[in-house]
Amino acid sequence: MSGIAFPAPDPKILARKTEIVAALRRLVAAPDAVIDDPVELAPYETDAFTAYRRLPLAVVLPSSTDEVSRVLAHLAREGVKVVPRGAGTSLAGGAIPLEDAVVVGVARMNRVLAIDPANRTARVQAGITNLAISEAVAEQGFFYAPDPSSQLACTLAGNIAMNSGGAHCLKYGVTTNNLLGVTLVLTDGSVVELGGEALDAPGYDLVGLVCGSEGQLGIVTEAVVRILPKPEGARPVLLAFPSSEAAGACVAEIIGAGIVPVAIEFMDNPAIRICEAFAKAGYPTEAAAMLIVEVEGSDAEIDAELSRIVAIARRHGVTTIKESRSATETAQIWKGRKSAFGATGRVADYICMDGTIPTGRLPEVLQRMEAIVRGYGLRVANVFHAGDGNLHPLILYDVNDPDQAAKAEAAGADILKLCVEVGGCLTGEHGVGIEKRDLMRHQFTEAELRLQAAVRRVFDPNELLNPGKVFPLDLAKAA
Amino acid sequence: MRLEPTSEDEAASLVRTLARDRSPVRLEGGGTRRAIGRPIRTAATLSSRKLGGITLYAPAEMVIAARTGTPVAELEAALASKGQMLPFEPPDHRRLLGSEGEPTIGGIVAGNLSGPRRLAVGACRDAAIGLRFVDGRGEVQHSGGRVMKNVTGLDLVKLLCGSWGTLAFLTEVTFKVLPRPESELTLLFEDLPDDRANALLCAAMATPFGPSGAAHLPAGVGAARARTVLRLEGFSESIRYRADRLAAALAAYGRADRVEGEESRALWRAIRDVEPLAEPRERAVWRLSLPPKRGAEAVAAIRTERDCTVLYDWSGGLVWLATEEGDDAGCAVIRAVARKLGGHATLLRGSPELRLRIPPFHPPAERVRALETGLRRTFDPVGLFNPGLLEAGS
Repeated sequence: MSGIAFPAPDPKILARKTEIVAALRRLVAAPDAVIDDPVELAPYETDAFTAYRRLPLAVVLPSSTDEVSRVLAHLAREGVKVVPRGAGTSLAGGAIPLEDAVVVGVARMNRVLAIDPANRTARVQAGITNLAISEAVAEQGFFYAPDPSSQLACTLAGNIAMNSGGAHCLKYGVTTNNLLGVTLVLTDGSVVELGGEALDAPGYDLVGLVCGSEGQLGIVTEAVVRILPKPEGARPVLLAFPSSEAAGACVAEIIGAGIVPVAIEFMDNPAIRICEAFAKAGYPTEAAAMLIVEVEGSDAEIDAELSRIVAIARRHGVTTIKESRSATETAQIWKGRKSAFGATGRVADYICMDGTIPTGRLPEVLQRMEAIVRGYGLRVANVFHAGDGNLHPLILYDVNDPDQAAKAEAAGADILKLCVEVGGCLTGEHGVGIEKRDLMRHQFTEAELRLQAAVRRVFDPNELLNPGKVFPLDLAKAA
Repeated sequence: MRLEPTSEDEAASLVRTLARDRSPVRLEGGGTRRAIGRPIRTAATLSSRKLGGITLYAPAEMVIAARTGTPVAELEAALASKGQMLPFEPPDHRRLLGSEGEPTIGGIVAGNLSGPRRLAVGACRDAAIGLRFVDGRGEVQHSGGRVMKNVTGLDLVKLLCGSWGTLAFLTEVTFKVLPRPESELTLLFEDLPDDRANALLCAAMATPFGPSGAAHLPAGVGAARARTVLRLEGFSESIRYRADRLAAALAAYGRADRVEGEESRALWRAIRDVEPLAEPRERAVWRLSLPPKRGAEAVAAIRTERDCTVLYDWSGGLVWLATEEGDDAGCAVIRAVARKLGGHATLLRGSPELRLRIPPFHPPAERVRALETGLRRTFDPVGLFNPGLLEAGS
């Protein structure tokens, strides 16, 4: 694939590589914290949006807020672009470098600084992985709620940059709803503390603005997150249906009945077959659609809630009901769903879209997506968070066939335009990055994009942070 | 002069005229919170009063949208008819502020105002998923939308929520909503001193039993005896079970009584609206936001220098504090204590003279102020909207 343009590298900066690297080495203490050898730079040339790659000028891995501050101040003075990086798991190309940019990675700043059960907060360095936060607070009976599928690898810094979600955000919200404070290093090197352990911050909600700003306002080095007491228990039920419409109507009625499960995951027939072949989870391979609905509480509460849900499912022609009876069964039900992307990768290459739609339009959108992808001669499998309408159609293609690759990209763009057309959005949890940058005009007017770009320049007047992302490259500067 | 546009386009056109004439305006919804912030004087008021009406309600999607001039009561009635509610329990400050008028949903968003349930399910800014607004150039803009998960572009919804009408004129807001709980039950512990009560509230919030309200009313605040209260909401069988477990877990703090039905609802309404501190009228009322476990500690530190009456909400994270106005209504000590303990303080009620003498909103750090000033210029280059409301010269 080669459809997405990158800003042309500045030859003057490229020519100064040796001098820039030498200066970086003076600014950070650890001898191995600056990487400039092309072979060692290779792991940093892309993220999880692997169709695009650019080798950066250098990579620097600071160990403290102070080092990040010195590095950013120096690079800003020299007019060098900066690409912030967590673990590099962005599916939207949010961390893909530029040839004339320095990658500033926060992965070495991964310590837990304080856990405070009475306040229900934890203060951590932002390079910590998402799962490591939950692991660190588990002993006290707590967890960190946002749970992106990549939670084993992805960093909190990246989660904050993209305002990441996960399967359980129907009940617990996404990153922005679980983030109370950040230490933010601005491009001029100044360090600001926004929010903290209190439930709100004075002044404008800058924590809310920074969350989801895709690394364009500053680099977050520390954060205060909300931690929650673990529920007494949680159990899923697997429900299979003869049609996607029936499954969609069942979701609507569950929510209409005043039940808010922690997760409602939807899989269509192609996704069920792919996952079953891989995970042997006992999924009904003949079903047109399947839901995994998970509820929390005491055993009695779970029983009561699941029986309400099953009664609703029966009214919508459910064909299989599989209630988990043990931790092993629970793990098995989830195993197929959680391995969906990996399992799909075994049968074909794919691109994963991330649009959100109003859930009421689900049956119609599923049909039209199928038609779009078929129109390009490709196949699609659907796995998504049904409770909140965040779709993840996987468009299957052969990466070695340039024609198929171009068609997959085009089909993806058509699907995202469809999401916007029915009242949804381009991206529910992955971010815009470079992937959806050129589609932004389908969701925003020119004036809206200019306002957002002007907000960005309040923090970073010269647009040195993560350039070439989010905003169309030809966006006029006049605010 | 009162400007009361009946459509978003008309509002935009009015703002363009005001911008051309460089004529600042006060932005207003129902006007019930006109007495919050620094007193300002403008030739005109731009009101959302005639921008009313629910524009979208999809109960099965748990989403509702309304123009900002819609009365909060109208929105809540529409939701109640389908067994739903705004999760964050918007407060009504008319008794506290001695004001009249009809609180609007735009006013709630402008102040990011949230009641007791904020502790459990998030604030107004967490429920708000979409906004339409007119910026200071008179351009109609939107951020977010009608779907719960949306990370497309900068999240201006959060930025505008709680900006007190200093960045834009809000025209329409979309919320995610929740099912209205089938029933509620309040566990009531009596006679606890503030520090023990604060510890109880934090201990309760660290259990899996999910209180949706955690407040403490000291002796003499609304009743003779001190009351420490935890609210449980949900299906009846579930809240009875959780109440038993929670009472057992907190047995060290004493025996818990149970308050149900309308009595429970009335209690939480009073806490939400800060009713016990409404009288006497002439006292200043502060709103302190703190790390929850620091609530009682902050009050004890303030009391070494100043008499005050307090009410704790949000597990101790929200302290309402009434005190004599005097010279600075305790501003110096209250802000110093709040800052030291990781929080901040807003003067929510005070005479106009007091609100000119001391900054009602917590002053930001210098570098943060520079960012805020930059944002204000970006949204409103001429400085039309509520100039001076947040800070002198802002």
